[in-house]
Amino acid sequence: MLACGQKAFAAGAIETLMDIFIQQLVNGITLGAVYAVVALGYTMVYGIIQLINFAHGELVMIGAMVAFTLIGVLTPLGVPALPAVLVATLCAMTACALLGYAMERLAYRPLRRAPRLAPLISAIGVSIILQHLALLVWSRNPLAFPQIVKTESFALAGATITNIQIGIIVISVAMMLGLAWLVYRTRLGIAMRATSQNAQMAALLGVDANQVIALTFIIGAALAAVAGVMVGSYYGIAHYTMGSALGLKAFCAAVLGGIGNIPGAMLGGVLLGLVEALGAGYIGDFTDNVFGSNYQDVFAFMVLILVLVFRPSGLLGERVGDRA
Amino acid sequence: MSILEAQGLEVHYGGIRAVKGIDLHIDAGELVCLIGANGAGKSSTLRALAGLAADTAGRVTYVGRDITALPAFERARAGLAMVPEGRGVFAQLSVDENLRMGAYARRDEGIAADREEVFTLFPRLRERRHQTGGTLSGGEQQMLALGRALLSRPKLLMLDEPSMGLAPLVVRRIFEVIRDINARGVTVLLVEQNAKAALQLATRAYVMESGLITLEGEARSLLDDPKVREAYLGESIAS
Repeated sequence: MLACGQKAFAAGAIETLMDIFIQQLVNGITLGAVYAVVALGYTMVYGIIQLINFAHGELVMIGAMVAFTLIGVLTPLGVPALPAVLVATLCAMTACALLGYAMERLAYRPLRRAPRLAPLISAIGVSIILQHLALLVWSRNPLAFPQIVKTESFALAGATITNIQIGIIVISVAMMLGLAWLVYRTRLGIAMRATSQNAQMAALLGVDANQVIALTFIIGAALAAVAGVMVGSYYGIAHYTMGSALGLKAFCAAVLGGIGNIPGAMLGGVLLGLVEALGAGYIGDFTDNVFGSNYQDVFAFMVLILVLVFRPSGLLGERVGDRA
Repeated sequence: MSILEAQGLEVHYGGIRAVKGIDLHIDAGELVCLIGANGAGKSSTLRALAGLAADTAGRVTYVGRDITALPAFERARAGLAMVPEGRGVFAQLSVDENLRMGAYARRDEGIAADREEVFTLFPRLRERRHQTGGTLSGGEQQMLALGRALLSRPKLLMLDEPSMGLAPLVVRRIFEVIRDINARGVTVLLVEQNAKAALQLATRAYVMESGLITLEGEARSLLDDPKVREAYLGESIAS
């Protein structure tokens, strides 16, 4: 009788552990999908001009801020939820695309022939400027995501998945498929890859490198804007500092996959999301609750250090050496 | 009428003058070669004509238009094609994608037909069209580079050392193709270290020596010039 009860208890505990695992998988894939979309921006720019655009994370933040502000304006006017989010996201994409173009034009293009440290410092400067501009425009108070989309939960193999999570995963996958099509199938995409492999030869075939580079920034920035809307609606808030940590993590994801490698950024993003979610889910159990899930952010940087030490070219990267 | 003309062309690298003020012209339909020893300034000249050299002086005119200040990509769009030394094949793009890049600046309907023609010229490329450029042999890469350049429908095709690093049999094939391309009406400027083969192929030739043009004339007569024979064809002339 007693033994039987213990067995039932053990089975229950295993089931709970399994449920936690699946729940963390769901959370990790959601977060990882967002990291992947942001990481694509880093990796595309790096692939084409070997610059780590440290201001990329701020584009995510500005995307979220613009979209949230617009939703806040449109909703009281009686615009239904879905069109409001759609219009706000499109406006955020446009704003970020313009900003991405402007930063390339003003902060990076003049330094194209300068030593590599110069554009890197310029990128950090752009990042600080954008953050403080956002502080001036939106103040230091977080913007709350207007509650216009009701969160609904669905049961999934013992865990729950919300409609927002499903939306994030579906939109991210769709954008990654769209980008893969663009890069591997279209004339512009082939020119992008050609320029990133041998810019001089691409010029000899009539490719205007400036145009291709500007378009790379514009596409990456538009993706970042959508990522901003997604991550903002996931956590329910947007804040002028939200871009830094997210940007750095996405950068880690890009390095994990192999910086400059597009499938690598997608893989790195999802893996990093999973490592982070599983790490946060189990760190308490493994350290006897000395560390809690608030240490979540540590995992991304641990991954970065491990990759840089043991496989600097990343999981899918081939070119080793010559890193900024 | 000359299709390309350079007057007082200089190319500088830092403080060094690699090309020290040369005049040359290429007439429509010609196959002109530029020969000379290693380091004579042949490649620098070609790079300057293509718009790749950063620090130049002098004037370059292309089909009657001053293109001295025109960037490389616009020269390419105007029909001035160049296959650089080392061939410039995109190693991670497929053969098909490399060829597609050749037609990058074109918007007309004839691209597919021209690609078929390239495949007829180099059947090897058709067999390997889905392989990446980096997996091709040196000869196949040169064929790809030539085919890609042809797909841009150039008015003037400039080739930098197309025979470099290739087996003699492959070199012969490449030279045949160059002759064939020229026969179809494409003007060619050929830079070669293999002076004998180049002079046999060309209609006219320039000889460069330490940044200057020291000789020019009909290719045939240069082949018989004792100075050329001794310096570039490796023959010792008994006197």
